[in-house]
Amino acid sequence: MKNTPPETTPFFARDREWHPPAFTPGYKTSVLRSPQRALISLEGTKSEITGPVFGHNILGEFDNDLIVNYAKPGEMALGERILVYGRVIDERGRGVSGALVEFWQANAGGRYRHKKETYLAPLDPNFGGFGRTITDEDGGYAFKTIKPGPYPWPNGVNDWRPAHIHFSVFGHGFAQRLITQMYFEGDPMIWICPIVKTIPDENAIKGLIAALDMQNTIPHDMRAYKFDIVLRGRRSTFFENRKEGN
Amino acid sequence: MVQPLTYFKESASQTAGPYVHIGCTPNFSGITGVYDTDLGSGPMVNDQTRGERITIRGFVYDGAMTPLKDAMIEIWQADADGYYNSPSETRGKADPNFFGWARQPGDMATGEFAFETIKPGKVPFRDGRLMAPHVTFWVVARGINLGLNTRMYFSDEEEANAADPILSRIEHRVRVPTLIGKRDGNTVTFNIYLQGENETIFFDI
Repeated sequence: MKNTPPETTPFFARDREWHPPAFTPGYKTSVLRSPQRALISLEGTKSEITGPVFGHNILGEFDNDLIVNYAKPGEMALGERILVYGRVIDERGRGVSGALVEFWQANAGGRYRHKKETYLAPLDPNFGGFGRTITDEDGGYAFKTIKPGPYPWPNGVNDWRPAHIHFSVFGHGFAQRLITQMYFEGDPMIWICPIVKTIPDENAIKGLIAALDMQNTIPHDMRAYKFDIVLRGRRSTFFENRKEGN
Repeated sequence: MVQPLTYFKESASQTAGPYVHIGCTPNFSGITGVYDTDLGSGPMVNDQTRGERITIRGFVYDGAMTPLKDAMIEIWQADADGYYNSPSETRGKADPNFFGWARQPGDMATGEFAFETIKPGKVPFRDGRLMAPHVTFWVVARGINLGLNTRMYFSDEEEANAADPILSRIEHRVRVPTLIGKRDGNTVTFNIYLQGENETIFFDI
């Protein structure tokens, strides 16, 4: 963590037109799981502007290397080797240091290691499909993995998910908590996915598509994809002497 | 023309999907040997933790009154004296034996979640008035496009609840009980209803 005093101001209001609404009938599961009444607005109190901080002691040596973290000794996961890297920043463009980032994904054939998963593509005995890391003082993070495959899912008769990696991110306050998904540049499946299409704004979707980055690609080893994650910003402290709460 | 405001937009949320447990509670989902333990699992207290031990139990119900079996529930709360274990807690130092955050998948067969924790102390509202003891909840699951925030207050805090700056300004009083965990002994039952007549109050925080 940077040696700067922790911020204690409330977060910017969340833009609810930018995020997917709760009720998105094209994604059928949302129909019975979407609250129907208006949210009650609550400007951040201590309960929302504070949040847990995780130390590096929780991390294992290979938590950020999905190619080997489940593999038998000397073996590796099958698939296109990729490096995923980027920064966790906030809406002001500031790096979010010390943020726990967790990720999970299907294997190269589009199969998850999960009891309820029924897709006929095979499991990879050397691929668990998850990892985690903590951002550095500029908000930077990176991990190695294999590119996940697209897969069919029960929604419409013939719906497919584009290749994607799930991300769970903690910021500095619990109100910054976010789960999202990363997609891959150039994938035609993105634009026909009912889950992607829950997002109303095309620019918001583009913000979830990682760019192929040949500059950071490691020759003869793995290609790089850059994926920045933006968490909510928080108000500046223009006046320090307010009584309580910020 | 005016000077541009150079803000970024928050990354759009996407559902946690059906396999959130692979990423967040892998041991629970049966993938062992990578993480020693699932983050945020197990009791939130140890022998030295200050405060009254309670267990919070409940289900998350969908609009057909079926409990979700693939949700992930996280809670965040103050310690027994009302301090958060966070760098942004500037009023004082929280109990070092209480982290204040935990996550649980619902039970695979029933969907029930349970947190072994302590009853939190009171935390001040922005104007300095004390809020009644409460626990912040965050619920994600397949079919939930953006994580849902709510709070659980306590049924044995009638007086504090009546004075709570947030509870007291809720217009539809009939909905307030959706935020109250029912205490019976050391168990506090808190069911979350995503839809229906008893739809839980969710907050835009």
